Amino acid sequence: MSGAPFTYRRAGDVAEALAAGTGPGAAFLAGGTDLLPLWKARAARPSQVVDISRLPLAEVRAAASGLRLGALARLSEVAAHADVARGYPLVAEAIRASASGQVRNMATVGGALLQRTRCAYFRNDALACNKREPGSGCGALAGENRGHAIFGASEACVATHPSDLAVALAALDAEVETTGAGAGGARRIAVAELYRLPGATPQADTVLAPGELITAVEVPACAGARSTYLKVRDRASFEFAVVSVAAVLRVVDGRIVHVRLAAGGVAPRPWRLTASEASLAGRAPSAEAFADAAALAVEGARPLAHNGFKIELLRRAVARALRTAGEA
Amino acid sequence: MPNAGRVDLRLILNGERRDLAVEPFDTLLDVLRDQLGLTGTKKGCDMGACGACTVLADGRRIKACLALAASYEGRSITTIEGIGAPEALHPLQAAFVRHDALQCGYCTPGQILSGLALIEEGVADRAAIAEGMSGNLCRCGAHPAIVAAIAEVAGL
Repeated sequence: MSGAPFTYRRAGDVAEALAAGTGPGAAFLAGGTDLLPLWKARAARPSQVVDISRLPLAEVRAAASGLRLGALARLSEVAAHADVARGYPLVAEAIRASASGQVRNMATVGGALLQRTRCAYFRNDALACNKREPGSGCGALAGENRGHAIFGASEACVATHPSDLAVALAALDAEVETTGAGAGGARRIAVAELYRLPGATPQADTVLAPGELITAVEVPACAGARSTYLKVRDRASFEFAVVSVAAVLRVVDGRIVHVRLAAGGVAPRPWRLTASEASLAGRAPSAEAFADAAALAVEGARPLAHNGFKIELLRRAVARALRTAGEA
Repeated sequence: MPNAGRVDLRLILNGERRDLAVEPFDTLLDVLRDQLGLTGTKKGCDMGACGACTVLADGRRIKACLALAASYEGRSITTIEGIGAPEALHPLQAAFVRHDALQCGYCTPGQILSGLALIEEGVADRAAIAEGMSGNLCRCGAHPAIVAAIAEVAGL
């Protein structure tokens, strides 16, 4: 299997990348672990690949205010970094639960956030998919939708976002830093807000403009918080999440003073469980409090024909993640 | 159709400098096998799932089917041909033979390269080896023997 030919250009600096990346048919190449399979499956049809992998955007740096991850930092390097392991174990945990050793050596932070859905209809150009081919229909809506969304979907698209790292970063209130939007300025976007819901136009996964480049991720310091990343999947390793939960909990004097919950595998973006968070604020960490929060996590879920099990799975995963973080 | 011609590509391949011209859309796997005749690196799924194409890039294991060749300009690539020879097996290759860690052998070059890199990354026990080797599938089911062979060389 192979896609159509494309031209190749290695960007010497960020300005060159932005100039080349804004053109029609241009695609940025970092690790290539998603772009190449998409190209081979004809789910991506770049006419020019702009190689950004040599740009100086690979730093991993921890300061008192937080952690800065360059967009081109390799996942394996981030997970193995001493400052990440010490101060941001949730990031390392989510990365170690992702992909395989080979892929983590190639894949980058920015690429992990911008990877596209694993929906089989999207990745097979013989099937209908509004995300790949707008107007062709959604094959999953009445088809095989066991892995699909229970929140945030539309009639046009029921795909989920597959990134583990994005779920962890959403629970850490991280922001992406981008450049090249409109007049070429920089902006910061909360990770959870990076992704748009599909509505009638599922072809656009994110709020990024064409050619806009993620340069870094900033994770605010979360001193004193305990965290966990619970990933439920069909096999124990090298598999995408059916449901995942990132939990961050800070308890002072027996009361929860800070809590963040984000779920993966259930929506087109990391799904913040804000009602659950609100229910926990100020309470003592207890089995009862966690059960209440877990029940709230699944309110408003809209299952499809084959993924109704995700409601109970998410409820249990939230309760378990809270217990783990609460006991850590 | 774009036709900007070939891209110059210099690799340090198994320790030797190679100057090549590749298509902009060639994968490293196809360059190794079809252009250089190094067919020890196998093409299984060609989609990053099976690990048969595992090689080392600057000492780190990668999947050559997911690597755009042009992006590896100047990199040092190690394939199974650079690891050992029939008359001079690498210790991990010898361990695979001792442990009967293969049946059809198609996944074996990738398993060896992946195992070598994993030992370099550091593994604490057999469970860590099993987890660390999850990117390499063996349809013959030799995984327990593969883990045993890697554990022996890792000193576990």
